[in-house]
Amino acid sequence: MKSYIIKRLLWMIPILVGISFFAFLLINLSPSDPAEVALRVNEVTPTEENIAQVREQLGLDKPFMTRYFSWVGSALQGEFGNSYVNNKPVAQEFARAIPATLYLAAVTLVILVVVSVTVGVFCALYEGSLGEKIIRAVLFITTAIPAFWAGILLMWIFAVKLNIFPTTGMTSPSSVVLPAITLSLGYIPTYVRLIRNNMIQNQHKNYVLYAKVRGLKQSTITKHVFKNSIQTSLTAMGMSIPKLIAGTVVIENIFAWPGVGRLCVSAIFNRDFPIIQAYILIMALLCVVCNLLVDIFVAAIDPQMGKET
Amino acid sequence: MVGFWKRFKADKIALIVSGFLGIVVISALLAPFISPYDPTVLDIGNKFAEPSTAHWFGTDQLGRDTFSRILWGGRVTVLLSIVTMMCTIGIGIILGFTAGYFRGWIDEIVMRICDIMLSFPSEVLILTMVGILGTGIVNIVIATVIAKWPWYVRMIRSIVIQFMEKNYIRFAKVSGCSIGHIVRKHVLPGAIGEIGVLATLDTGSIILNISALSFLGLGVQAPTAEWGMMLNEAKSIMITNPQNMLPPGIAIFLVVAAFNFLGDSIQEALNPQLDKSYKIKRQSIFKRKKEMA
Repeated sequence: MKSYIIKRLLWMIPILVGISFFAFLLINLSPSDPAEVALRVNEVTPTEENIAQVREQLGLDKPFMTRYFSWVGSALQGEFGNSYVNNKPVAQEFARAIPATLYLAAVTLVILVVVSVTVGVFCALYEGSLGEKIIRAVLFITTAIPAFWAGILLMWIFAVKLNIFPTTGMTSPSSVVLPAITLSLGYIPTYVRLIRNNMIQNQHKNYVLYAKVRGLKQSTITKHVFKNSIQTSLTAMGMSIPKLIAGTVVIENIFAWPGVGRLCVSAIFNRDFPIIQAYILIMALLCVVCNLLVDIFVAAIDPQMGKET
Repeated sequence: MVGFWKRFKADKIALIVSGFLGIVVISALLAPFISPYDPTVLDIGNKFAEPSTAHWFGTDQLGRDTFSRILWGGRVTVLLSIVTMMCTIGIGIILGFTAGYFRGWIDEIVMRICDIMLSFPSEVLILTMVGILGTGIVNIVIATVIAKWPWYVRMIRSIVIQFMEKNYIRFAKVSGCSIGHIVRKHVLPGAIGEIGVLATLDTGSIILNISALSFLGLGVQAPTAEWGMMLNEAKSIMITNPQNMLPPGIAIFLVVAAFNFLGDSIQEALNPQLDKSYKIKRQSIFKRKKEMA
């Protein structure tokens, strides 16, 4: 177990180095000169003179590798420079946005687990029935609905027409409901199918046949099947947490949720490079750490898996 | 392959769906000739018109004909998604075949790069790339291709490796066939079906992706018609004129659903055993249940 965790931690290093280098390279390949951008967003007319001045100020006149190492060095200390637009520290902006995104992702995950486990188990138990067929048809259709369309339709029905939830922002405790439902819609079909198929597969195993022969109650058998199939499904859900966090971008922008995705999109419009750079690095770190935690968790509950890798 | 077409033709859903997609693609290609109005011409006096024979889907907040905008929008959304998919599949086939055929150090390098790229969600990469290249539909396509290729390379590589271990390919190698010959005559015909399934299923998700980015305003710029962009405009007038949200949303939904159905049908026609074994299993359970009762 210990060697497995150490191995995984070591594997994180090349990944993070690769991503940070890639992020830095991208900014440098950008068609526009960062110094010029920094001037333009502050509505200063760029002249040769003040471009040179800003270049020096931002350290852009130093060689590429020197800049990369100093950037990584300060990033390691949680220092991502200042935003070009409002000159506030980038780290501070993210410190404010990350909790909102994580909160939205957490609520979504709860909805996702509750709904997909209930519906998935129902589908497995009543396999082939009319109700199950209808549910599966609805789920298949759901996969084709664009999340942003679902979002604005839900917003129109529940916020504008029925006035149950606030339309946008993070003003009241109930404002998380609509964004979280919208976000979970995209993932529910996959997980319902996963849980259903897992349960059905388990129902064909010999231990179930044996339990039936022994004359155990159906409810007891179902409990065993459920326990055995839920583990793999929950692992898969755990693995999709990073995707869930990254996928909040569109939803955050529809519902004006003050999270990381919204921060990044507004930075794209303003060509605010330090924020974009920090975004990729922070998201990558978040994902790698998330994957690591899930893997360790899986290895802990299923020792066989840890040994193999 | 003969059996494939036979089974495919027998599948009614597959035929309906491919017919629908055919119409969508053709009308997107012919949009300049068949659209009744110019999609960008304003007619403020005639804004928010109800659907009628003159304006099939009504008009939008600036009096532009919604039907024409849907046709022109399909040009951007659907055609560019197909182009994006072809680029990614192209890179996937080249690198996947190279890695899967030669193995060794080439395989190692390609796979390690894929590992790094796949260690975090493609959404992050696409967003960052667009952020750096700047907004615009072409940049979205480039970003999507760059973010998605590792996944295809990995899938296609595993398909190729699966084939390389078959005896007839080993025999072809031993008997001195050239690489080009083996790939062309033995690997490609077998792999093309599975690659086709991958491509069809993924076109739907690429459409969702591209239109989502356009919806955020990162793609086409107004007044160009694009389905995601049209929804973005509809969102801002949601309270007064909610009906504008329907045409572009339904258009995206139908096309994506059609691609998903088509992918499923191709898969079924390719591997009839998949479906059959499932049915046989079901029947045997049914029998068992009967016997137990």
